[in-house]
Amino acid sequence: MIMLPRAAALAAAAFAVSVAFASEPFPSTYQVPPAPPTLIQGATVLTGTGERLDGADLLIANGRIQAVGKALSAPPEARVIDAKGKWVTPGLIDVHSHLGVYASPSVKGLDDGNEATSPVTSNVWAEHSVWPQDPGFETALEGGVTTLQILPGSANLIGGRSVVVKNVSGVTYQAMKFPGAAYGLKMACGENPKRVYGEKHQAPSTRMGNVAGYRQAFADAQDYQQQWDKYHRELAEFNKKKAERTEGASKKSKDKDSAAEKDLTPPSPPKRDLKLETLAQVMQGEIRVHMHCYRADEMATMLNVADEFGFKIEAFHHAVEAYKIADRLSDKGVCAAMWADWWGFKMEAYDGVQENLAMVDFPEHGCAIVHSDSADGIQRLNQEAAKAMAHGQRAGLTVTPERAIRWLTANPAKSLGLDDRIGTLEAGKGADVVIWNRNPFSVYALAEQVFIDGALKFDRAHPQNKPRSDFLLDGHSVEAPW
Amino acid sequence: MVKNLYLIAWAAGSILAAHHAAAQDFLIRGATVHTASSRGTLKNTDVLVRGGIIVALGSEPGTSNATVVEAKGKELTPGLFGGLTGIGLDEIAEESQTLDSGMNFKSPEWDQQWRPELDVALAYNPRSFVVPITRIEGVTWTMLVPSAADSIIGGQGSAVTLDGRYEAVLPGSRSLFVQMGAAGAKAAGGTRAAEYMLLEQAIHEARATGPMTQRALLHAAGREALTRYLTGGRVVFQVDRAADILKVVAFAKRNGMSPVILGGDEAWLVAKDLARANVPVILNPLNDLPADFDRLGATLENAARLQRAGVRIVFSSGDTPQARLVRQLAGNAVAHGLPWESALAAITSTPADIFGLGASHGRIAVGQTADLVLWSGDPLEVSTLADQVWIAGRPVEMKSRQTELRDRYVEKVKTHQAR
Repeated sequence: MIMLPRAAALAAAAFAVSVAFASEPFPSTYQVPPAPPTLIQGATVLTGTGERLDGADLLIANGRIQAVGKALSAPPEARVIDAKGKWVTPGLIDVHSHLGVYASPSVKGLDDGNEATSPVTSNVWAEHSVWPQDPGFETALEGGVTTLQILPGSANLIGGRSVVVKNVSGVTYQAMKFPGAAYGLKMACGENPKRVYGEKHQAPSTRMGNVAGYRQAFADAQDYQQQWDKYHRELAEFNKKKAERTEGASKKSKDKDSAAEKDLTPPSPPKRDLKLETLAQVMQGEIRVHMHCYRADEMATMLNVADEFGFKIEAFHHAVEAYKIADRLSDKGVCAAMWADWWGFKMEAYDGVQENLAMVDFPEHGCAIVHSDSADGIQRLNQEAAKAMAHGQRAGLTVTPERAIRWLTANPAKSLGLDDRIGTLEAGKGADVVIWNRNPFSVYALAEQVFIDGALKFDRAHPQNKPRSDFLLDGHSVEAPW
Repeated sequence: MVKNLYLIAWAAGSILAAHHAAAQDFLIRGATVHTASSRGTLKNTDVLVRGGIIVALGSEPGTSNATVVEAKGKELTPGLFGGLTGIGLDEIAEESQTLDSGMNFKSPEWDQQWRPELDVALAYNPRSFVVPITRIEGVTWTMLVPSAADSIIGGQGSAVTLDGRYEAVLPGSRSLFVQMGAAGAKAAGGTRAAEYMLLEQAIHEARATGPMTQRALLHAAGREALTRYLTGGRVVFQVDRAADILKVVAFAKRNGMSPVILGGDEAWLVAKDLARANVPVILNPLNDLPADFDRLGATLENAARLQRAGVRIVFSSGDTPQARLVRQLAGNAVAHGLPWESALAAITSTPADIFGLGASHGRIAVGQTADLVLWSGDPLEVSTLADQVWIAGRPVEMKSRQTELRDRYVEKVKTHQAR
């Protein structure tokens, strides 16, 4: 088979008819809850656009940010919050969470994060594993997290689809699902896939086996796409001919007509393949790739693989060696989602440095993201950023609070393709807002109030109103014994 | 009693012998000194160090020809406790050949071999990459913990100083470690009740005289080792569930042990009992999720509630590469109601006291080993970094494999922006 040049391949992809059938078989049922307009007054506002406004107001109504600025006036029915001395930021976004799929308590019955039965499981969707009663959602909310991407684990080369949810409590995940958010595809480099399958004495057992696995999967998806393209071409041809004959038939005699119908048979569609369907949608740019990858050399390899098959990697996750290729990531417009300081728990995490976030952030188009990958870490994303800022500062890479907040808000929104809807405090954006009791980049900072689409979802002053998982109802009363 | 006196004398001797020549005399002038002692915080205070020991503390404490470090009001604390870790034992968790914190003969449950005589400190490697990475963050000592695999008794561990010396054990700190709760039940045939049964059996063997029975849990050396803990020895029990904590405390006291609770996510539920029994708790104050059915009561208020009830608390994440984050544990406990001084004590003086090192470590006081950290700001704040660390009176070179990696790559990043 002759390989198409890359440009032609991309053009073909662009004209290709989507292979998706029902594009939303599991539609979101989330609706913006009714809430009174809210005016937050006199705060230090980190807008997420890189700006810091002191003594500023924020007006929220109908689930959206209406205005940010000085001396705003509110409608009479508005709830007015005096936020002098407090800091206001966009709601935090975690692009790497396993809440719901690796829930608390950590028991077999809730261990639903890795379909580790085959190295390519692009047919599985994380949302079907999400347990909405995971108490971790509530603790994350108390840490100011309003949106999260829940991913399958990293046992597989291609682990499956992610789901983006709003951090609202619901009986179903559909009630949490971010309406209109694109799906992500979880892929994984390095040690995990080769360990999981190597131990089963099957491919991949090496890093070269890993790369062969990604490439074959996408090659299969190209073939699948071509089958569908062919089908759609034949179908169009059929429809055209049918239309012509129908037109012709009205002019000709009726006895000839029935014979003509007989030679015209519609093409049969290829059988749907859920694995390849997802990968084809990735190549069409409908599904966004989020890739677990630690080492710089492997990230570079994956940028080549993405080019070969004409898809984009939105973000490398974990990326403990991203600082070694910060220039290349910046040039390519690829984000790196990182911890502040995790290192050393496996060989590919050995070269972690605490300046990673600041170094990735520094180049012109640097897109640094703080992620958690942890039910504990997600509660303190602001502290992760604070640590990275301090280490950046010491290395001569100054990061202001108004810039660092982007690591938790605007940049993750960008990697999810939601930067037109959340991630900054600008008029028209969804009103996901956190009021902090002080500068959020402090160990002592606490989120006092958290709004999602303008609705107050957490209020530290009224803990009795906070969401509480069904799991935590235990029938015991506790008399303060301390 | 005689044994304890001997240990203390030996401890003092070994510190002086190892560092008398190398430690330089110096004066830290004008620091905000968090003593972690009953003296609290002393502003604009000088600390004089001679021969690795703090010899004076106050305003202009005597003139000398010591080198002067101008603190300019910056905050000084004792060297921090890194918690219960495998620093110098475990290099990379996923690489078994680099792990020395635990023994696993993979013997069947019905033929258990208990080896309380194991002392993991013998495996300590001061040239581990983790050591400099940890100490430049202000962590100057840690407690080495054996991990239990075969049996609920992991063996013994000791505190070590992280200044890089080969003979790093801080004498007098050796403790026995026992895994209880659900994690221990796995090694005890499936029920936590059997943990007590097996412990009773081991204690019975240790106390027995004469030849050992067949199918004994202990060897002769194990009997001897365990016996030492039955006369007031320090035994650290890892246990989280409130009901188990009470059982463990009663069991330990009944058998002459001095129990320490490790984990204790539900300790707040039995805080009054722990205070009454004077049993300290080593906890991770960030644990607030019902991570398993032993920890359904986990809460960020655990530390503050225990402290309010009068329980002595120590912070430990148990994480080896991230032991350096112990300040973040303390800071978060403060954010959730613990007084700042108690949080500092939980990573300095209280662990020193609990592990028998209170006379030499954990405080800034005359006569203490000069393990000191000068900070860029509030020591419990995540945005604060250690400016300088001293261990046993010697300045630590503020360098690690990670700072070297940083320095190798940071210029490349800076010049890319300029393009």
